Formats: sequence, C-alpha cells, structure tokens
Amino acid sequence: MPNVWAEMNGKPSDMKAFKYILLVFFLGLGIFCQAQEDGEILKPQKGIFLLQNATLVTVTKGILENSDLLIADGLIQKIGKNLSFPDAQLIDCTGKFIYPGMIDSGNRLGLVEVNSVSETQDFMEIGNVTPNMQALTAVNPNAVAIAVTRVNGVTSSIALPSGGLFPGTAALIHLNGYTPDQMYGGFKGVILNFPSSARTSTYDTRSEEDVQKESEEAQKKLDDIWEKAVSYHRLKSAGAMLDYYPEMEHLSKVIAGEISLMIEANAAVDIRRAIKWVKDNNVTAILTGVSEGWRIAEEIASSGLSVIAGPVLTIPSRQSDRYDAAYTNPGILVKAGVKVALRTNDAENVRNLPFHAGFAAAYGMGKEEALKAVTIHAAEIFGLDHQIGSLEEGKMGNLFITDGDPFEPRTQISHLFIQGYKIPMTNRQIRLYQEFNERSPGLEQ
Amino acid sequence: MKHIFNLLCLLLASPFLVVAQNAPNRFVIKNGTVLTITNGTFPKTDVWVENGKIKQIGQDLKVPANITVVDASGKYVMPGIIDAHSHIALEAINEATSPITSEVWMGDVIDPFDIGIYRALAGGVTVTHAMHGSANAIGGQNVTLKLRYGNTDPLALRMQEAPRTIKFALGENPTRVHGRGKNIQPRSRMGVEAVIRNGFEEALQYKKVWEAYETERKQKNSTAVPPVYSLRLETIIDILAGEIIIHCHSYRADEIYMLIKVCREYGIDKIVFSHVNEGFKVAPELAAYTMGASIFSDWWAYKFEVYYSTAYNAAVLTKNGVLTSINSDSGEVIRHLYHEAAKSQRYGGLSDEEALALITINPAKQLGIDAFVGSIEVGKQADLVIFDSHPLSIYAIPQMTFVDGIKYFDRESDELDQRLKINPSELIEPIFLKEYDHNCMQNVDFYFTNFGRNLFEHRH
Repeated sequence: MPNVWAEMNGKPSDMKAFKYILLVFFLGLGIFCQAQEDGEILKPQKGIFLLQNATLVTVTKGILENSDLLIADGLIQKIGKNLSFPDAQLIDCTGKFIYPGMIDSGNRLGLVEVNSVSETQDFMEIGNVTPNMQALTAVNPNAVAIAVTRVNGVTSSIALPSGGLFPGTAALIHLNGYTPDQMYGGFKGVILNFPSSARTSTYDTRSEEDVQKESEEAQKKLDDIWEKAVSYHRLKSAGAMLDYYPEMEHLSKVIAGEISLMIEANAAVDIRRAIKWVKDNNVTAILTGVSEGWRIAEEIASSGLSVIAGPVLTIPSRQSDRYDAAYTNPGILVKAGVKVALRTNDAENVRNLPFHAGFAAAYGMGKEEALKAVTIHAAEIFGLDHQIGSLEEGKMGNLFITDGDPFEPRTQISHLFIQGYKIPMTNRQIRLYQEFNERSPGLEQ
Repeated sequence: MKHIFNLLCLLLASPFLVVAQNAPNRFVIKNGTVLTITNGTFPKTDVWVENGKIKQIGQDLKVPANITVVDASGKYVMPGIIDAHSHIALEAINEATSPITSEVWMGDVIDPFDIGIYRALAGGVTVTHAMHGSANAIGGQNVTLKLRYGNTDPLALRMQEAPRTIKFALGENPTRVHGRGKNIQPRSRMGVEAVIRNGFEEALQYKKVWEAYETERKQKNSTAVPPVYSLRLETIIDILAGEIIIHCHSYRADEIYMLIKVCREYGIDKIVFSHVNEGFKVAPELAAYTMGASIFSDWWAYKFEVYYSTAYNAAVLTKNGVLTSINSDSGEVIRHLYHEAAKSQRYGGLSDEEALALITINPAKQLGIDAFVGSIEVGKQADLVIFDSHPLSIYAIPQMTFVDGIKYFDRESDELDQRLKINPSELIEPIFLKEYDHNCMQNVDFYFTNFGRNLFEHRH
C-alpha cells in the first residue's frame, strides 16, 4: 500500500487512475467494514519494538536505569543505552519499569472454562494411572481467562492435570498463540500425586484409619507401578519388542530423564516420604504444593530438590497452625536454602500470581526472592532459564511495562509482550468495563 | 501421650481468654497515620480510647499520665474491617428444606469456637455479617457479629445495636436446590420471582386475617379463634414494614433488576444486593433504588452465572454512585479484605479513600451500623486495626486488632496455637489441604452428589 500512496502524489496515468479508484474502493470498503464492526479488533502484533528510557528490572543483571530494550524476531535482541533501530516501533518508557514476564508454576488456566460446568472441565481423566494424558492437548488457546490473566504481567504458566496417582503430563505454555503448539514453552512434567496422609479438603470426611489405610495402599500401588516401569524401561533399553503400553512408555521417559517428575506432596510426613522415595529410586524430581514444607524446611533443603510452593493465599493446613503459616511457608523454605518457585493452583484467577508473590514477600520471603520465584527460579526449575525468567539479550520477548512494583495492586501495566508479540491490553472484563461504565441509556426509561 | 499433649494444648489456650478480656480498656494509640475514612487522613495523630469507645482524636493529645500507650509511629491506624457477607462462626449455614425459611435465625447457630474468627481478626476484621446460605429464595435471618474471640457464650459475639437482616437468594442456587434437587418451584428465574411474590402476598393476607381477628376479638361476646401463628410470615411482614434489611445473593443483571422491581412494587427500599457480579450492568438502577451492592473483588467463572463478570465491578458501581462494599463469603478471603479492596485500584483506579470505604463505612451503612462503627470518629466504638504500612499495599501486615477497645489480636505477642476447643479423643490432628467451610452452599451437599467431583471447589 505505501507505493500506492507515493503514486497518488504524482500525476496519475490511466493505470495510476485505476489504482487510485481501487484505493478509494478499498478505503470505502474499510469505512463500510468499520461501520459493521462493534469496535476495533485488536490482535497480538509481531514486529520490531524499541522500548526507550526505562528502568529495567532484569532480575539476573541488576536494575538498569535509563536504558533501552529492543525486541525483534520474538527475542530481546539488545539491551543498552541510546539504542536505535530503523523501522522499530518506538515506545517511550520514561518513568516506567520493565519486568520479565511472570511464570505461574502450576494451575488449570486454559484447561477449564467454567469451574462448575463439567463439560468444560478438561483437567482430569478417568483412571488412577494415566501419565500419558497430555494437558497441552486440552489447553484452549481461546479460553477467556487467558487474556484476563496476561494483562497482569503473567506471560507463562504450567498447565496441570489433576486426579489420580499419575494423573497426566503438565506443560509450560506462553499465554499467546492460536494453537497449543504455538503456546508450548518447552517443558513437560509427569505429575505424581504422592500418597497423601492429608485430607483433600474439609469435605473429605474419611476417618483417620481410612486416610492412613488408603495412603498405605496408594504407596504399595506406587511401588508396584514403579517397579513395572523400571522393568519396562530396562526391556525397552535392551531393544525388546514391547506391546503398546502408553502409561509405561511415559513413565519410562521419566526414568530415562527425558521428562521431569513433579511430585505433589503437602503434609510434612508425605514430603519426607517423597524425598526418601526419590532417593531410593534415584529419579530427578520437583516437589510441588509442599504446604507443610515449613515444618521440615532443613530436610527439604538438604535433599537438594527444588520446590513449587503455593497457593500462598490459602488457609493453614491445621487449625493449630499459626494463622499466617501459608503466607510464611515460601520464605521459610528460601531461608533454609531451597530453590522456590510459586504457583496459584488456580484456574480463572491466575492473574493473582503477583499478589501471591507479594504476600510471600511481605511474610518473610522478601521482594527480591519473591520476584525470582515467579521469574528466574521458575525458569531454572523447568530448565528454561536460557529462554525466559529475566531480561537478557537473546531471551524470549516475554516482558511487561509498568508504572511501579508489579506486586502492588495500584500499579498499572501499560504494555505486555509475549514471544515478542505486542499483546493488546484488553480482554472481556475490560470491554465490559468500557461498555457499562457510562451506560446509555442510564436510568431513564 | 497424644491425649496429654492435647490437654496441655487446652491449658495453653486458656491464658489467651484472660489476656483478651483483661486488656486495658483505656489507652492511647500514639503517633500513627490515622485513616478516619469519613474525615480524611491525618499523620502523626493519636487516638484515645476509653470504655470501648473513641474518646478523642488529635495530635499530641493531653492524656492522663498513667494511660497505656500503644506506639504507632510509622504505622497506620484504620477502623476495623467489616465483612458484609460471611459464614464464619456458624455451626450451620443452610436450612435448605423450603424455598422460604424466613423463620430461622443464624443467631441460634453462632459458633464462638471457630478458629476462623481468630484468622479474620488477624486480617483486621472486627465485624462480620453472619449469613444464612443461598439455597432458598427467601432464606433465614442473619446475625451481625463482633469478633469477640475468646468468649464462649455464643450471644456474647452478637452486635446488639445491629438491626435485623435477612438473606434472599436468586438464580442458580435456589433453582438447583429446589427445582432440580426436589422438583418444586423455583426451577427457573421465573419461579424465583413467583416464590418471592407469593411469599409477600401470603404474608399480607396473613396480616389481614390477624387484623380481622384482633378487631373481632374486641367485640362483646366474641367467639373469635386466633389464626395459626407463623413465624415465617411474621418475618416477611417485618420485611414489608421496612424493619429488616434484605441482603440478597444475586449474580445476573436480569435477576437483580427483577428484585428491584418487585421491591419497589411492595415499597421496600431496604435492600442490599450481595455478590452482584453483573451489578455493573444495572448500576444506575442499583444507585437509585437500593442500599447498594456488596461484591467480590475479582471472583468469576466458578459457575456459569458468573462467567460474564468483571473485576472492574467495584469501579463501575462506585463511579455510578452505588453504595458499594467488598465482602469475602470465605474463611480464606476474609483474612485479607484490605487486599481485596486494593484490587479496585488495579481495576478501575479508585482512590485510597474510595477503596478503603469498600471495607469499612460502606458495609457499615449496608448493615445499618454506621452510627457505631465503620470509621474513626469520636464516640464510635473502638474497633481499630494497626497496620505496619498502608493497608492498600500488598506488603501491609496487620499488627493489632481491637474490638470495643479490647485487643483481640497482636502479631507480636499472641501464642501460635489459638484454638479454644480441642477434641481430646482425636489422636492426630487432621490436615486439610483446602477449606470449603464458611460458604453459601454449606449443608446442602446431599442434593448434589451427582454434579461432578469438582463442583464443591467453587460454590458461592
């Protein structure tokens, strides 16, 4: 189209006149189309963006004042002072801050649309041992909650299947893209719900005896399954012809170290057993949940295992616990020397991740560690620290621009980039606000 | 061994009672930044408390020499937080046996031992509106509580000055419990309107019959027989007479609009809509005809009727002149209502004053107790919270909470275990990974065993 504009400035020949007519036609069509539309359609925009004169909170390389950041080809290409780049879209960030995109290390975002409507619940399968169930398959890229989430600076998320002993395989997604593969961020983890001596919720009315019995049975089942998986892996490695057995095939990948194992354990005694199980079976694993981690923080630290803790905004697991046990848990773990990432374990309100981090920060974790827990530490735990988790040249363009601390509710986020795409700062909740804030007609009949 | 441990715990828990009730009722909170809510914010200001009331507010107050001083230098003092929709401190929530149960009263099921009370105090909450659940179109009467934790007499928690209130409920919950659960009206939003109108009309007829009887009774040689007494209909008559404030569980704009119309027809203006996720769509109507909206900060999508919600609800309602509060309806969220209020700054940019009013003076007005609580004013009850930083900051931590001038929470000096009651036959204390107590649909589980295993995660 630019050359048509150029030609318009000259004396139009017949051909040029035709183009001119064509242009007028298209312009007219454009106006016509606009009249048909209810509003501007905003799409994620790919391009070259130069963010100028910002305070960069890099997380790994300190805080850089009055600095520029260039995004192109989906990556952070350059960080420095007084950068320039031809054709770059300029974004003035004077007085503003740039943060790396936040990572929620476990939730059901995209796996469910309306929590109570079972037809929209795609995070749980039938069966107790189903490690082959892929959360990534069930991620709906157009879930309304995704756009609601990302405008708060959450750019990446672990989609968690839930249910039985091995409920499925979790996947890291970036909150941009039209297919699950476009969203996929390169990490998968098989979930193991470690046999639990805790009750799932206050609706769990089993007797203490039943809880213990079921926990022991689950432990037997786990050992049994794992023994089978080890045999399967040994046979497979030896080149044996094996029948189609997708469950074992998946566990075999965990044994081979191709897929991570994410072990959910919450009661102190269960965390302790999980650590022992990991050692005994010589697997690499990430501990998740860990709500009573604070009781045995030193033991977790000496195990060397990393932890995905959270939610932070939740009640203590026991009535006798101090009221702030869940708020202080991540900080206690960090002080003991555990590497901690945070999760909301939510679905529609994953947008609250910065607030979970803020509470953890206030209750002992400190702002710096809390920021790391939702950026670089999460990236390191998932083996993706070469791609995400900080503002560094060569990393993915996952970042956002704010007028202040992203954990503070009053802070406003003005721009958001995911995979180098400039993401529209809108969603259905914002559109409802725009429509109804000044309703017309108002009260009159 | 465990038994002995539990008995020890019981003994350890008891000193708290003594501490709470013997705390000095005459003290001055010195040098704090005082967020009065109704009269502005004052730095380095003292609040003098005597006999459970605020005696004086000012800089460098001349106080008696022997008065206890609470140093609040560098800290923030705000009025106790008021939760206009709560189910903590209750043994039961729903009397789900009929679409109308206005005869029941939550004052009969107050549970003073609930650990949720202490957790709420630790979040700066001093008053809760302990509500009936949302199973019925016209539910039970609620009770307003002051969180005087440590009292074992249930009624010692009741806020005597509070007017009567009652729970109504529209939409999915009553239609699910009665229509789908029991195959009686209401099965739809049409039925909910009809049930409420029928209830109002029946009460009016009942009133007429009683009036006729009273007239007849006074005649000479009257043989009049009294009509059957109905506490259910007596209560509805009091609603129609404006003696009871309705707090109505509601989500969708259409159902909110319906009840506004019905109430206007019957001359009722004492109505607060609760949850009211789509309140932003009928903000002008809510502003003109009701006592406002008591909402969630950002909850949505946990059921279909809240799918079209927005976290900007507080902003739209406030900007349209609707009296708005933020409530918890949760034993978890009640612990950080100051943070929920702060979200109205992310979503719609409310001022500090507007945001703090959402959890103090506004809910006080909706409960009819604003003459006593909800702001820091001379003569009001000394329900106060001290924060280490501004309460709308994510890093704010409540330090002390006072109810009637008595300190019920002190972050520095409180014991870790705050249970008042321990079951000595319980060998191991149960561990719960999630809490679903304290919500709108408690006690109606048996109607929904076939509704899928995840339903109960979000049931408000």
